[in-house]
Amino acid sequence: MKDVKMQFTVKEKKGGSILRSSRHLLLYLVLLIYLFPFYLVVINAFKDRRSIILNPLGIGGAVKLTNFVEAFTKMNYWQGFWNSLVITALSVLIIAFFSSMTAYYFLRYKGKLNKILFFMMVASMLIPFQSIMIPLVRIYGSTLKLLDNKWILIYMYLGFGSSLSVFVYHGFMKSISVELEEAALVDGCTQIQTFFKIVFPLLRPTTITLVVLNVLWIWNDFLLPSLVLISKANRTLPLSTFYFHGTYTSDYGLLMAGLLLTILPVIAFFILMQKHVISGMMQGAIK
Amino acid sequence: MITEKGFCAKLKTFLIFAGPTTFVFLSVVIIPFLFGIYLSLTNWDGIASAYRFIGLQNYLTVFRDQLFWKSFFLTLKYVFSTVVLVNVIAFVLAYLLTRGVKGENFLRAGFFVPNLIGGIVLGLIWHFVFSRVLVFIGKSLNLSLFSYSWLANPQKALWALVIVSVWQYSGYMMLIHIAGLVNIPKELFEAAIIDGASAGQRIRRIILPLMVPSFVVTLFLTLQRSFMVYDVNLALTDGGPFRSTELISMHVYKKAFLAQEYGIGQAQAFFLFIIVAAITLAQVYFTKKWEVEM
Repeated sequence: MKDVKMQFTVKEKKGGSILRSSRHLLLYLVLLIYLFPFYLVVINAFKDRRSIILNPLGIGGAVKLTNFVEAFTKMNYWQGFWNSLVITALSVLIIAFFSSMTAYYFLRYKGKLNKILFFMMVASMLIPFQSIMIPLVRIYGSTLKLLDNKWILIYMYLGFGSSLSVFVYHGFMKSISVELEEAALVDGCTQIQTFFKIVFPLLRPTTITLVVLNVLWIWNDFLLPSLVLISKANRTLPLSTFYFHGTYTSDYGLLMAGLLLTILPVIAFFILMQKHVISGMMQGAIK
Repeated sequence: MITEKGFCAKLKTFLIFAGPTTFVFLSVVIIPFLFGIYLSLTNWDGIASAYRFIGLQNYLTVFRDQLFWKSFFLTLKYVFSTVVLVNVIAFVLAYLLTRGVKGENFLRAGFFVPNLIGGIVLGLIWHFVFSRVLVFIGKSLNLSLFSYSWLANPQKALWALVIVSVWQYSGYMMLIHIAGLVNIPKELFEAAIIDGASAGQRIRRIILPLMVPSFVVTLFLTLQRSFMVYDVNLALTDGGPFRSTELISMHVYKKAFLAQEYGIGQAQAFFLFIIVAAITLAQVYFTKKWEVEM
């Protein structure tokens, strides 16, 4: 995103440097406040309960690395991490795959049914999840007996995620010209080939935006997995963090170590993909 | 546009391209939604397989339920405070961060960090901050404001929730405002400065009118998210103390899954849908009216 870096270069007339340095000071001060809770998590993850109660702000004193080992085993970290990874990665890929095809179809083949479906998808973005969750649990739980299953959760993420993704793809595809596709069709490509060889690569920026939005949503989601995944072995990371916290409410050092372990993967994702995440979040909202 | 010949060929293309998404979307969103409307008209308790159609009785129960209204007005208070604060702070940060500050990208990324992390973890972090750290600071420095945990105080617990939500969302909304601000043509500012417009005038006459499209988006997102807040609510206060922070989502959840009054819970959930849809649509409609042509 080149234009994001663009600034208002016009110089202000009065009070230049004092104004500017106070602006700097203010911004960095606010940033410190924003990051302060994370600082607290990091320093207290290395302390034992007593020294946290004595002084939760201080650094130094006995370092207790066992917090991490204990948190790791007690919250079943690997299991949670693995479940979250599988569910997030597969859901995000499936959403991108099917939504792009659907959006393409809705745009290129104009029919009444397609218009109705597209309208329903857009309108459904207004429905709060809470208005669906009770019948959802009833249908997939007591009627179909499909709950407590990773795959059904992925299936649901496709259902809930497709509307936004179809909408965003649809908006972006309008700017792609049809001529290239027509040429490919004339040259004997099937529709599927045309889509995957010509159209899908052109959608890359949109795909990245949607991947970022969907990864952050699904990785951090709590309510839907808490309703769908029942057994301990299926828990995602937010679920195991929450239940872990319920069990060890007053062992603060252990809890902070657990929270830090839960935060790390997302921070790693952010650091690796920082440019895409920032521009993705901006783009996603504008479209 | 591409045209198809036979009906079968048409159907085949539809099934290949749009079939899976349509099927999953209908079965996960639309059918449960419609079934939910029906459920709200029955006396289903979650266990019995037999239930009766009882018309609008659940809705009457909901409207007479004092606890529901308490939760509803609490939610309105929370939504209003959160939406206003998030947008004001996000706009100010975005404004300051588009005027050539050193370490701009670092600052932007820093403010955005809370957004990366799920509501549950954020709620648990702040639970520690409010119940341990701030109390420690309050007692050490003799600040009566913090010497008792906000989370144990029915008057302050809601504000704790507002603070966490503002902290969570302002960085994201800031990014959207930055995207809007950098799209304002520089010439407008140059012209305004030459004409002698003060900074305040520039904000009021140029920036705010041209930022309406960004506000349409940020208001929509913050309204929707704060109406539906559940994770932070659960992890930070769990509705307590004494139901003083039980927001509407949590109320619906408890009604249905803990009290097993599914019909009533669903009636509340449907009412929530009507309110959220009405408010967000009205917001988009009215804020769009403010948009100016360039």
